[in-house]
Amino acid sequence: MKIGEIKELLSAEVLCGEDQLECQVYSACSSDMMSDVLAFVKDQAVLLTGLVNPQVIRTAEMMDMKCVVFVRKKVPGEDIVELARDSGIVLMRSDLRMFEACGILYSAGLKGHEKGGN
Amino acid sequence: MGENIRFHFDVDGDDFSSAGAASVEVKKQLRKLGFSPDVIRRVAIAMYEGEINMVIHADGGTVDVEVGDEDITMILSDRGPGIADVEKAMQEGFSTARDNIRSLGFGAGMGLPNMKKYTDDMKIETALGLGTTVIMKVNV
Repeated sequence: MKIGEIKELLSAEVLCGEDQLECQVYSACSSDMMSDVLAFVKDQAVLLTGLVNPQVIRTAEMMDMKCVVFVRKKVPGEDIVELARDSGIVLMRSDLRMFEACGILYSAGLKGHEKGGN
Repeated sequence: MGENIRFHFDVDGDDFSSAGAASVEVKKQLRKLGFSPDVIRRVAIAMYEGEINMVIHADGGTVDVEVGDEDITMILSDRGPGIADVEKAMQEGFSTARDNIRSLGFGAGMGLPNMKKYTDDMKIETALGLGTTVIMKVNV
């Protein structure tokens, strides 16, 4: 799935990384606990979270993720957007709740783990 | 090969928002040095968890990274309260972090187990009231 499709499916607003919307991603994860993201995630390129602080971006960067989506109408501060821009991470925000956002993406073909890269 | 490359960082204990900045820098440097993505990720995650621990529990500390021919060594030292029961601290899910830390997305009790998981060797030297030093190695 292209990152641009995630934007459309979640009616999301892109906060930085507009130039990477054509980039392909194959799997996603969701959590408000960065500890768990660091412990359990493997090769997922998209993180959906309701937690808003700079550590979300750093966690995503450590895990080589490409895109972070803030759900539940959360609006990150400019410092967080700046951090994502520096890290080359696409940042979006959506009004959807976590469960709905995950369900929509899953139904559209984005899975929890990468399989065969298709 | 020539001399080992070394990096030193002071981790500020007062500023949670800047925690992890040293790990980001190490990740960048290792990329420049041409290490494999897997090695870079393991070093970065282990160091990041360590940095977060220092900020949460020990009011900051120092990180020294040495890049050798065979491995990358990270030494994280703090003058915090020390770890009362290392065996217990290594259990997944065990945490002494306060609730306000959980609201920041950490304190799930995965830090130390995660550091062990992502590294090839990990040693903890700790003394109550004096501080903790964690030494981790990732083979390259």
